[in-house]
Amino acid sequence: MSWFTKALSSTIGRKLLVAITGLFLCSFLVVHLIGNLQLFSNDEGVAFNAYTYFMTHNPLIRAMEIILLIGFVLHIYEAWTLSRRNQSARSVKYAVNKLEENSAWSSRNMGLLGTVIFIFLLVHLYNFYFKLKFGELGLDAAGNKNLYAITIEAFSHWWYVALYVISMIALALHLIHGFQSAFQTLGLNHKKYTPAIKAFGYFFSIVVCAGFAAMPLYFFFLY
Amino acid sequence: MAGNNPNSTPMNLTLKVWRQKNANTPGQLVTYKVNEISPDMSFLEMFDVLNEDLLRQGQEPIAFDHDCREGICGMCSMYINGRAHGPEKGTTTCQLHMRKFKDGDTIVVEPWRANAFTVHKDLSVDRSALDRIQQAGGYVSVNTGGVPDANEIPIPKSIADKAFDAATCIQCGACVAACKNASAMLFLSAKVSQLAMLPQGKVERKTRVENMLAQHDAEGFGSCTNIGSCAAECPVGISLENIAMLNREYIMAKATSDNIG
Ligand code: HEM
Ligand code: SF4
Ligand code: FES
Repeated sequence: MSWFTKALSSTIGRKLLVAITGLFLCSFLVVHLIGNLQLFSNDEGVAFNAYTYFMTHNPLIRAMEIILLIGFVLHIYEAWTLSRRNQSARSVKYAVNKLEENSAWSSRNMGLLGTVIFIFLLVHLYNFYFKLKFGELGLDAAGNKNLYAITIEAFSHWWYVALYVISMIALALHLIHGFQSAFQTLGLNHKKYTPAIKAFGYFFSIVVCAGFAAMPLYFFFLY
Repeated sequence: MAGNNPNSTPMNLTLKVWRQKNANTPGQLVTYKVNEISPDMSFLEMFDVLNEDLLRQGQEPIAFDHDCREGICGMCSMYINGRAHGPEKGTTTCQLHMRKFKDGDTIVVEPWRANAFTVHKDLSVDRSALDRIQQAGGYVSVNTGGVPDANEIPIPKSIADKAFDAATCIQCGACVAACKNASAMLFLSAKVSQLAMLPQGKVERKTRVENMLAQHDAEGFGSCTNIGSCAAECPVGISLENIAMLNREYIMAKATSDNIG
């Protein structure tokens, strides 16, 4: 192993990769959320489907898609490897352990929350990405593939809406710890900035996840 | 349990204590009764009373680590009712008073648990893994010459204070015991940042952090996921800022040191 791969496979090195990829994924969430706001434009999906066409045909976006995939794979692989190491660092457990008295639940359950997000991702990708790429989709008034129709269909089932809302709660909890934690991992902990980072991370997590959760709720209750 | 006992009426307590013959034999929790415990006693004095009872009954006393009994040596351990050093913030077990408990309480006492630590016997735990991390680089080499004059190198007060704060770590291992990941990062970060802040320590700062982290990982401690249980349980209040500094030191060292192995 070279010094570089050695550094990245130490406990701090792996954690750095989780932090960098985690923040990168946060930037993806912003783009994804803003794009999907087209769902609310009340035009039978014309704007949303045009946006979908753009996202699937722009070469820059296609390149970003690959980087995004690498980001997800790295984040999940490194986080999983670290979690395994951490679980095996204490084989004999305490009979009584009151971690709730000294730490936050979400910070102790990042792996569990991440697993919920992962399962959600698989279902979500199957239902939208996979169908868009390989399924038979009708065309809308403007002649674009009608992903909007798939969206309406999916969010007419209560259990599908429930899965989305629960997953967004999990993502919010993951990010409430994860966002500020990533800065600590990258070495930024300073009394001038850390309170602002924590406050922004909290706000970011709630707004982004509430934004995503609003979509299935909108189609189920209001459409 | 956390309720205080303001008056000085003696208490009767039930203890569930981890008993284990040696590192190779499995242990279990054993229940004992202790009576007439004064709220002014320390937790360790309460154990002294219990051990005298056990001796009188011809039983083996409970082994536990202790030395100074005034919060400076870091020897006393004990995971008390699910908390390192018990329910009170910023104390070692020797400084924990029985007035923190109520008459009739049941108290569960376990050894520090981490695969990098081994239980010698009962509550006594081998923490030499921390010594080995320290030996891997937690020092300043002075190879030749006379003793340097104190204050020869000026150090700003704010830096000296921060370095001193980090230097107060008593190597007790509560951070490891309380960490969900059994990580020794808070300990390691205190040692690394203490020396990285001082001019004398800057000379070896790159090899220090590289070697100390390598030893930390080789001992089988977990990684830090910024949960913060360590800092909440640390008896001397070592802050998470030190872990951020450790991460910075590590990134800088790996990016710029001569070590390409
Ligand atoms: C898809 C499955 C996912 C899994 C299994 C997963 C798992 C984890 C784990 C185990 C950690 C480390 C625990 C910790 O640092 O406390 C972590 C940290 C983090 N995750 Fe995820 N995660 C996933 C998805 C995501 C997504 C979608 C995002 C953001 C859009 C994200 C953002 C973060 C951030 C910012 C951190 C903090 C890094 C740090 O503390 O240094 N994760 N994740
Ligand atoms: S950092 Fe605190 S809890 Fe950890 S060994 Fe040092 S004094 Fe003990
Ligand atoms: S016995 Fe020395 S710190 Fe408790």
